[in-house]
Amino acid sequence: MDLTKLTIREAHRGLTEGQFSAVELSEACLKRIADSESSLQAFITVTKEEARKRSQDVDKKLKRGEEIGILEGIPYSAKDMFCTRGIQTTAGSRILEGFVPTYNATSIKRIDSAGAIILGKNTQDEFGHGASSENTGFAVPRNPWDTTRVAGGSSGGSAVAVASGGAFFSLGTDTGGSIRLPSSFCGIVGLKPSYGRVSRYGVVAMASSLDTIGCMARSTEDVSYIMKVMAGSDVFDSTTIKQPVPDYPSLLSGDITDLKIGIPKEYFTDEVPKEIIEQIWNSIEVLKKLGATMKEISLPHTKYGVAAYYVICPCEVSANMARYDGIRFGPAKKDAESLLEMYLENRTKFHPEVKRRIMIGTFALSSGYYDAYYLKAQKVRTLIKKDFDKAFNEVDVIVAPTAPCLPFKIGEKANDPLALYLGDVFTIPVSLAGLCSLNMPAGLVSGLPVGFQIIGPQAAEDRVLNVGYRYEKELGRFPMPKMAILDAF
Amino acid sequence: MALTKDQVRHIARLARIKLIDSEIEDYAAKLSSVLDYVDILNELKVGDIEPTYQVTGIKGVWRSDEVKSYENPAELLGNTELALERGQIKVKKVFD
Repeated sequence: MDLTKLTIREAHRGLTEGQFSAVELSEACLKRIADSESSLQAFITVTKEEARKRSQDVDKKLKRGEEIGILEGIPYSAKDMFCTRGIQTTAGSRILEGFVPTYNATSIKRIDSAGAIILGKNTQDEFGHGASSENTGFAVPRNPWDTTRVAGGSSGGSAVAVASGGAFFSLGTDTGGSIRLPSSFCGIVGLKPSYGRVSRYGVVAMASSLDTIGCMARSTEDVSYIMKVMAGSDVFDSTTIKQPVPDYPSLLSGDITDLKIGIPKEYFTDEVPKEIIEQIWNSIEVLKKLGATMKEISLPHTKYGVAAYYVICPCEVSANMARYDGIRFGPAKKDAESLLEMYLENRTKFHPEVKRRIMIGTFALSSGYYDAYYLKAQKVRTLIKKDFDKAFNEVDVIVAPTAPCLPFKIGEKANDPLALYLGDVFTIPVSLAGLCSLNMPAGLVSGLPVGFQIIGPQAAEDRVLNVGYRYEKELGRFPMPKMAILDAF
Repeated sequence: MALTKDQVRHIARLARIKLIDSEIEDYAAKLSSVLDYVDILNELKVGDIEPTYQVTGIKGVWRSDEVKSYENPAELLGNTELALERGQIKVKKVFD
């Protein structure tokens, strides 16, 4: 049995039935990581000893005949944006190289308390600034379906780890599409929860009115187990919503009869390759066959989303990046002659894209420009949110493509930041409106994964997960890539 | 909007980012192209619209005004590479 191909539920059953031990499960994933890392580059830090120790603790429980929770003994990884106590946390940047947090992010704390086993921290776009994971101070993660192509970003390494069997699930962040896009490019399930559904405490901040904490896994059911543990209000994050956390797994009824699905016409344009649109329509037809009804809707301000986002996001970024000065944490130039020199020298370690976004934000917030840029963009944001509010009066969920293109070649868009920004055209509006969205793998085009989004209103994660669950039940789990590098082992 | 080299130097200084002369032109070009793109927002009349700073509408989340001691200040201070004195991080002076 290839343990790395299992879902969380299958692994849980295997553990409780004594088919294999928690140590064997972790070792299988760690071996997968070791065998494929030179090719895939999904990890900045691998925590072998920590994983072994925690798995042994789970095995002791099993030996004593104690019951274990569904996530107990399940190996996972986290994007390097998550503060993990005692484990290096870099946010993909050299400016935090060697930084070891003294505390765990709330999401990590909850997942660890549920008994899952952390295997390591994943490669990513630095501080979340990118859509391909190429803007990094460390290695660029490669798409396991074709290692000459990007894994998407900014949670690229996380998606690669899950798609390749290096981890059962991975925690990521999604500010403008950073969970959904790599999930689409790597052929896995990825959930961006509503803003405020999962605590952001202990996760390196990018844009504080947009950041969300979510997860990637190989099935919707797996995502539901993770969300049940992770979601919920937190005293350390005053933007978390107070609505109680539903028992997500028990709400997967698999019944979508009479569910009203909105198809936004602005997302199905000639600019998207027709092979991708075809895949999305195939998925929509499946949902129709399963009892849902379709309705064409309009989200008229869609085309302004990228522009609004690339004002709001850099503005908030410029504030959040101000703390990286080498004073309280991170490598420092100790022999600087003045405070200014210290700041200037330490902050050279940022990737150029990070510097660009800080500067756009600094400019747009500066005296004389605030009204024309930031204030205006936040007003356009209201229009975009109102489009969705109006749509959800008529439909229950919205289905749309996740990415406007197939995973592209590494380096192809490296010198054109604007081209990369436009790749977020379908994911950004959802982020601006603070809604939830689930990426589901739809199919393959030229051997590369294509995903579609199931978008729901705020706090409707149970609804979108149920749609994905029914879809998955009908078509079966999406395959995992065949990786040439593993044929040698 | 096309940014001049001087504007880029000024923004970099505000952001405490060091740019060498050979980089300024590249940054000016890339930043200007993004600012040109976002001008599309001017197509919309948004004068009377309320801005959305935060989507949840949550306001005024309070906690009680109690002093709580941090469990391990030494560990936290261990994150800095700079010198410590009496539980504080020693930095270069702010004012001359």
